[in-house]
Amino acid sequence: MKEKLKPVWLIAQRELKDQFRDWRILLPLIVLTLLFPPLMNIVAGEAVSFANQYGGDLIIDRLVPFSILIIGFFPVTVALVVALESFVGEKERGTIEPLLGTPFQDWQLYFGKLLVGIFFPLVASYLAIALYLFMVRQQDLSLPPANLMVQLLILTAAHAFLMVSGAIAISTQSTSVRAANLLASFIVMPVAILIQGESVLVFWGNENLLWLAIAGVLIMATLIVRVGISHFQREYLLGREIDSFNLKWMWKTFSGAFFGEARSLLKWYQVQVGATLRKIKTPLLILLMLTIFGSIASYYWTSQIIPSNLAEYSQEEIDGAMGDIQFAAGLPSDETEITFGFIFLHNIQAVLVMHFFGLLSFGILGELAFAINIGVLGALFALFDAFGMPVLPMFLAGILPHGIFEIPAIIFSGAGILYFGAVLVTPDPSRTMGEVFIHVLADWAKIGLGIIFPLLLLAALIEAYITPQILAQVIMP
Amino acid sequence: MIQTEKLSKYFNDFVAVDNVELDVKSGQILALLGQNGAGKTTTIRMLTGLLRPTIGWARVNGYDVVKEATQVRASVGVLTEQHGLYLRMTAVEYLDFFGKVYQLGADTRKKRSDHLLEYFGLAEAANRRVGEYSKGMKQKLALARTLIHQPPALLLDEPTSAMDPESARLVRDEIANLRSSQRAIVICTHNLAEAETLADQIAIIYRGKIQIMGDLESLKEEVLGEREYEAVFSSPYNIGKLKIPSGVEIVASEANKFRFHSENAEEINPLLIKEFSKENAPLLTLAEVPRTLEEVYLKVMSKANGENIQ
Repeated sequence: MKEKLKPVWLIAQRELKDQFRDWRILLPLIVLTLLFPPLMNIVAGEAVSFANQYGGDLIIDRLVPFSILIIGFFPVTVALVVALESFVGEKERGTIEPLLGTPFQDWQLYFGKLLVGIFFPLVASYLAIALYLFMVRQQDLSLPPANLMVQLLILTAAHAFLMVSGAIAISTQSTSVRAANLLASFIVMPVAILIQGESVLVFWGNENLLWLAIAGVLIMATLIVRVGISHFQREYLLGREIDSFNLKWMWKTFSGAFFGEARSLLKWYQVQVGATLRKIKTPLLILLMLTIFGSIASYYWTSQIIPSNLAEYSQEEIDGAMGDIQFAAGLPSDETEITFGFIFLHNIQAVLVMHFFGLLSFGILGELAFAINIGVLGALFALFDAFGMPVLPMFLAGILPHGIFEIPAIIFSGAGILYFGAVLVTPDPSRTMGEVFIHVLADWAKIGLGIIFPLLLLAALIEAYITPQILAQVIMP
Repeated sequence: MIQTEKLSKYFNDFVAVDNVELDVKSGQILALLGQNGAGKTTTIRMLTGLLRPTIGWARVNGYDVVKEATQVRASVGVLTEQHGLYLRMTAVEYLDFFGKVYQLGADTRKKRSDHLLEYFGLAEAANRRVGEYSKGMKQKLALARTLIHQPPALLLDEPTSAMDPESARLVRDEIANLRSSQRAIVICTHNLAEAETLADQIAIIYRGKIQIMGDLESLKEEVLGEREYEAVFSSPYNIGKLKIPSGVEIVASEANKFRFHSENAEEINPLLIKEFSKENAPLLTLAEVPRTLEEVYLKVMSKANGENIQ
């Protein structure tokens, strides 16, 4: 292993030397490292004085960790610049071909660039944090507890890892440094939102959630690295056209994957939809198991957290709690008129949201949305139980008639999202990342239009016109 | 050492390289001649394992360029079209870096790097940043990089472009030396004189397809026809009174010179000279008409172009 890692270090070492000689990288790093801690210190000092006037002890306590989060983040932004031009910059300077012509393996080249992208800015971040902590001590302000300090340091490294992994993936797939810089907003915007969320967690002081956030960022970064390596191809780095924006080609690729040779709807279902179903059969099986075990687990978990003395609660309290649950689960309020159109659009919206989140996160957030849907199902039965309603008749009369179509539709959606994530992290030397992406979109479209859409249509019809009548018969015979 | 069969590369609908068949043995130099965009660099990139052939296969030093790309890259030295140097490094650092890439020991790296820098006249500038080098110096350093690991196969794309005549000569000498050390070398060049001097085999490539390939003499014979000889007289002379030996075919004549084909020049030309002498013809010179690679190249290109237009 040591021998295999040598090339990684060799590439990183050379680039580090190069960066030490480049004032355009050194200057911002020095400025961000040395200037921001004193600035932040002044701002924090002012904020502490202000908060002291009103007895805002809690804010004072959280201000230092928050400042550490921000101070650590600024030098890391330089990592983005370095990483964005890692491959495409070498391509523009003409140095990429001798490098690609070396006997290094793809992952060694990739990790070499990754290491150097993270290392330098991260060292600067930690120096800036150390400087800031020194200043905090000079002001007799209390330092954050050790546990939180560890979390903040890991979080800073996780940010660097996430940004660099994203930037390098972009760099391998861009035609020019300019194009890579333009695409950087796809990293900057989500990370900016992420930092805001983490800041909320720091002020909230919820350590467990902060650990979850760290784990989430690290998993996401690891997946991006996996995707980047899977689609790293020397050929496309040297090629003359790498994912140039070509609508005609995009449509040709998409329609080729979507329609294939099919000339009739029946043929399309047989050949095209059939082929996609074969592709997603494993994700389908996984999601089916997840649906069964997830809803059972959710039923038992919800049963445990529902207060045993539910009967003693007032109707108002129960209505309030139910309203909160409905709101949190994105379910319509009691005042909403439940019509066929409403149900259908609501379900379509749920599926689209799942897919949208899946698209942004290699499937992870999409599957999370799927899990919530399934969780709601189990929780619903637990609530029926808690209110003394007969669970099995309720299921057979209130869920099954439309659920027999709706639940499979959700499972197909989840399977499509899982398939998308799996394809993106799987190497395919015969296709560019753009081609892979378009083919997956075509598969989604096939499942969506060929299966999910008709299933949800049927489910909405039954839920609007048939289920209420059956339910009325069961509840009020 | 370098073998290809039906090697082809398509970029979507564009055929960059079409059915190229090469066989370059150890100690041989193949020159690939062709216009810009003819497919020379694409061929080199396939031989380095950087591009995957669409059809066909290639083996370098016994390794398949697709299945054993890492071994292929370890066995070749590639001089790319752009020198591709890291400008903030010194020449010593640069060669040391590539020496490490090819897993050479510290002593070997130092020895080879010193030798190459000395040989290419870069020793004095060895500790200067490469960014300060002239174009020619950069090209020499890039060539030194390709040689640092002493690869059995060399793929050189325009090795003497941007060099002054003295340096170009130096590089050509080095390439000739490398041939004698049993390396297989492929050179892409626009410099026909260079190809003529160095190459054992010459391939002329047009729009991805090899139009003609062989040694210089066979190319001349195939493209330009039989050898021609020319007799020049010091004053106008009527060749009608000469008894021309059979096997001589006169193809052109002027007042004081004439050109002819000779079926068997070694036997017939001395007879002709004897005849001139007997008839007191004022013969000044009798020599083979020089035929250059340039003529071959232009004729092949013109034919390929014509066929393409048709």
